[in-house]
Amino acid sequence: MLDRREFVGRLLKDRGNLMVLTGLGTATFDVAAYGDNPLNFYIWSAMGCTAMVGLGLAMARPDCRVAVIAGDGDVLMALGSLATIGAKQPSNLSIICLDNAHYAATGMQPSATAGSTDLAAVAKGCGFKNVVIVAGLDDAEAVRRQMHANSGPMFVHARVDTISQPRILPTRDGYGMKHRFLQASAPPR
Amino acid sequence: MGREFLSIDHKSSEGDADDWPDRIHAVFKRFNIKQVGHVPDTGHARLLALCHNGDEINDVGLTTEAEGPALVLGATLGGQRAALLMQSSGVGNCINTFSLLKNCGAPCVLIVTMRGEFNDFNPWQVPMGSITEDTLKLCGFRVYRVDRETDVEEVVAAACDMAYGGNLQAAVLLSQRMINRMKGGHH
Repeated sequence: MLDRREFVGRLLKDRGNLMVLTGLGTATFDVAAYGDNPLNFYIWSAMGCTAMVGLGLAMARPDCRVAVIAGDGDVLMALGSLATIGAKQPSNLSIICLDNAHYAATGMQPSATAGSTDLAAVAKGCGFKNVVIVAGLDDAEAVRRQMHANSGPMFVHARVDTISQPRILPTRDGYGMKHRFLQASAPPR
Repeated sequence: MGREFLSIDHKSSEGDADDWPDRIHAVFKRFNIKQVGHVPDTGHARLLALCHNGDEINDVGLTTEAEGPALVLGATLGGQRAALLMQSSGVGNCINTFSLLKNCGAPCVLIVTMRGEFNDFNPWQVPMGSITEDTLKLCGFRVYRVDRETDVEEVVAAACDMAYGGNLQAAVLLSQRMINRMKGGHH
């Protein structure tokens, strides 16, 4: 089973100006574990919305690369958003789903992906141009390069382990994050 | 893309530029709104067609209105203004996702076509239609209501000015009686 922290760390290597949006819970802790960054935006409410925030951002900034890192629970809560994204085909957007098949933040209750739901198949069915099923840590480098390559929309399905990781809590200041994100991502004049 | 936004009564090349959907479209362009999220609604059909057929606005068809506030936050983080179009029933689907707008200071204008309030063929629209205004207020929106076609442009412009000028969320409720006067309304 894939070590989620190690996998995320490899994706964030040499991130440059990559914009990273994280969904509620463990995905946020995984990204924060590698250090805060003004181009990180952590979503703390409206579970399920992370991918759609990614769509709005990707459409507003076609010159940038946007990576959404979210858990299976987040993606499951708004499966329809994959259809919405598929219809718009944003080439600069990647959805990285860290699927541990459980709701880790609330007591490890199993999610639908513990059973018969295959999120990679859902993404393919919604028209994602590039669907990657991660077999092991060695796949991380190829995913990392594709996140920067403008060849999306890409959906990455990574089944990760349920080993408990240190909970790293980054900022929860939405206004502060918005301002620093806009400043850090301002287009060159 | 394979989707056509043709409505027999509201082809964008026909119709009166004084029609209220055209006035809303003009206000959207004047305020430099770049993304408009929507779940299709008969009352909004002409405005949707205008947004889709023009070059200025990126229209996004949502599978549920709940996706809309997230789209708005994303656009905001990308430096763009976004608005949402929906029916009153859709407002209920957004209660939790509206929190993104409040938590992150994302301005938003919401244009709502009212259902279940006047001559609606479907009484099941009444529960949500009757609480739409209060729901929006509880969610932190400034709420404006329009009953006459001649007020649409001024009120929508005022809502946009409040929202984008003051970093707030504003909703304009278009009365069902007014929409029904337009051909193809919610009868």
